[in-house]
Amino acid sequence: MATEVPLIEFIDIYKIYVVGDTEVHALDGISMKIYKGEFVAIVGQSGSGKSTCMNIIGCLDVPTKGKYYLRGTDVSAMKDDEQAEIRNKELGFIFQQYNLIPKINVQQNVELPLMYAGLPEKEQEKRALASLEKVGLLSKAKNMPQQLSGGQQQRVSIARALAGDPSIILADEPTGALDSKTGKDVLAFLKKLHSLGNTIVLITHDNTIAAQAERVIRIQDGRITYDGEPDITKFASVAHAGDYVEDTE
Amino acid sequence: MTLKKSFILAVNNLLYDKMRSLLTMLGIIIGVAAVIILISLMDGMMGMVDEQFAELGVDSITVTIQNRGGSRTIDEDDMYAFAEENPNFIKAITPTVTVAGAEVRNKEYDLTTSVTGVDEHYYSMKQLNMGSGQFFQYVDVEKKRNYCVIGTYIEKELFGTGAGLGQNLKINGRSFTVIGVLQEEGDSTSGSQDDVIYIPYTAAVSMSSSSFIGTYTAQAANADDVNSAVTKLEQFLLTKIGDSDYYNVSSVKQIMDMASTITDSMQTLLVCIAGISLLVGGIGIMNIMLVSVTERTREIGIRKSLGAKGRDIKSQFVIEAATVSGVGGIIGIIAGSILSVVFGNMLGLTAYPSLTAIGIAFGVSVAIGIMFGYLPAKNAANLNPIDALRHE
Repeated sequence: MATEVPLIEFIDIYKIYVVGDTEVHALDGISMKIYKGEFVAIVGQSGSGKSTCMNIIGCLDVPTKGKYYLRGTDVSAMKDDEQAEIRNKELGFIFQQYNLIPKINVQQNVELPLMYAGLPEKEQEKRALASLEKVGLLSKAKNMPQQLSGGQQQRVSIARALAGDPSIILADEPTGALDSKTGKDVLAFLKKLHSLGNTIVLITHDNTIAAQAERVIRIQDGRITYDGEPDITKFASVAHAGDYVEDTE
Repeated sequence: MTLKKSFILAVNNLLYDKMRSLLTMLGIIIGVAAVIILISLMDGMMGMVDEQFAELGVDSITVTIQNRGGSRTIDEDDMYAFAEENPNFIKAITPTVTVAGAEVRNKEYDLTTSVTGVDEHYYSMKQLNMGSGQFFQYVDVEKKRNYCVIGTYIEKELFGTGAGLGQNLKINGRSFTVIGVLQEEGDSTSGSQDDVIYIPYTAAVSMSSSSFIGTYTAQAANADDVNSAVTKLEQFLLTKIGDSDYYNVSSVKQIMDMASTITDSMQTLLVCIAGISLLVGGIGIMNIMLVSVTERTREIGIRKSLGAKGRDIKSQFVIEAATVSGVGGIIGIIAGSILSVVFGNMLGLTAYPSLTAIGIAFGVSVAIGIMFGYLPAKNAANLNPIDALRHE
């Protein structure tokens, strides 16, 4: 474990926004390592900096200070197009709002990352269908996204995230827009993906959801306040086990 | 992203909101249609003008001379001699004596028309065709015979169609025998090419008060070089008459050239005006594309999060704009082609859209799409993926 190169390595990452005369430290010196095969939940209240953290992990944003190594490569100072390529090859996003494109069908949505990777069309189709089969929605390939239920749409977005065979699956509040039962199903699916060897980083404000992960990183005011076992009594001040709880702001 | 995928995507987007797409394209449709209609109508008009001049004979030269009196005058023998001496320039020449407003009658009917006195060369010069009978000969001209050749309108009015040959008619009281009826050239109505009567010029001269012949019609030896024949004639007349104010030499070719210069510049002007509507159409497309980029900010964010690079997004929107204007261009071409035929018929022209006009219109409309689609596309490509993803 010690000699293995971490998949994600944050070294003293700062993200500072200047609002008027004051500086806002969204991330205030974060260092962490996430290894291949881990299932990590990054948990925090809104405004804690967890979204900024996700944006940086997801190469959607660059840190103001500090280094971010993804598979040993420094990605903290990359240009837009280089970041786009990293997103395409290394990252699979699952969003709260599914973020499927409504004008194209399910299969075409899943093909998107493969298309941007420049794969031949036949290969795009083959992989997209294989990916849809994994989430059990092969039969819906030709449907339009809005014809599917919320849970199905989220599974399509998981299929899309998996299609490019990324090294990290980055799930941002994946159950946020779903009812509790469907939310559980999605979570169970993420666990299954993890058991198959995928690295999953889950961003959530919900302690009980975070508790489903293998490891929990709690962020508060831009700093890591907890990093370890998903023991609710240790990382969360208030939690009602067995149900979804909104964090009090 | 491949060009094909971008194109399919663009077509999908077009079909997604048909009403809006149509309105977006309207400017281009109108612009392209206007360009095509104007070009084809102008072409049709020029064609008609050319055709009418060609009927007069492109190699035809008209000489008008005023009687200066004394020795400084000229008669038909001088003109014939000149033509004979210059076969390289002049193929034939004939006096052309017009008896304007001549009253023509037979026993039952009468009408007023223009009677032209010419010699026997006129028949081949003007490429006339006989329907029946024959044109008068040298000897008929020489002997001032009261023969006439009539058009089908005259025959129809005075004798009935097919019944004119050999009949007599009176022109200003003098009796003439119809020795030939021309083939129908126009539609046998008053003022058409069938409303003609030709008589030997010698007879025409004897009917007029003056024996001076003021008008000649000449045929250039070479239809492609009418101007040198005109120059030659002018030189001859200047030496004979001595004052260029007393004669005029004009050719159909000169008039045609002048007419086409005018119509050419008119066409350019009209096409420029139509071009303005194309420009307005382009701005309309830019406007809608800017709206579309704003509306689809989230889509752009999603695409970027999935690995779309700036140039992928840019090309998607440029291709979309080009597709919108290209499809608009095609609709405009179809509408313009149909309308130019319709308008052409209304104006009595044979107007059909030229391939050049269609090619230019289509090229310009696609170019406009690319030009005006570029700015919105660049805006889209520069969107920050985080902001774009958060956009509602």
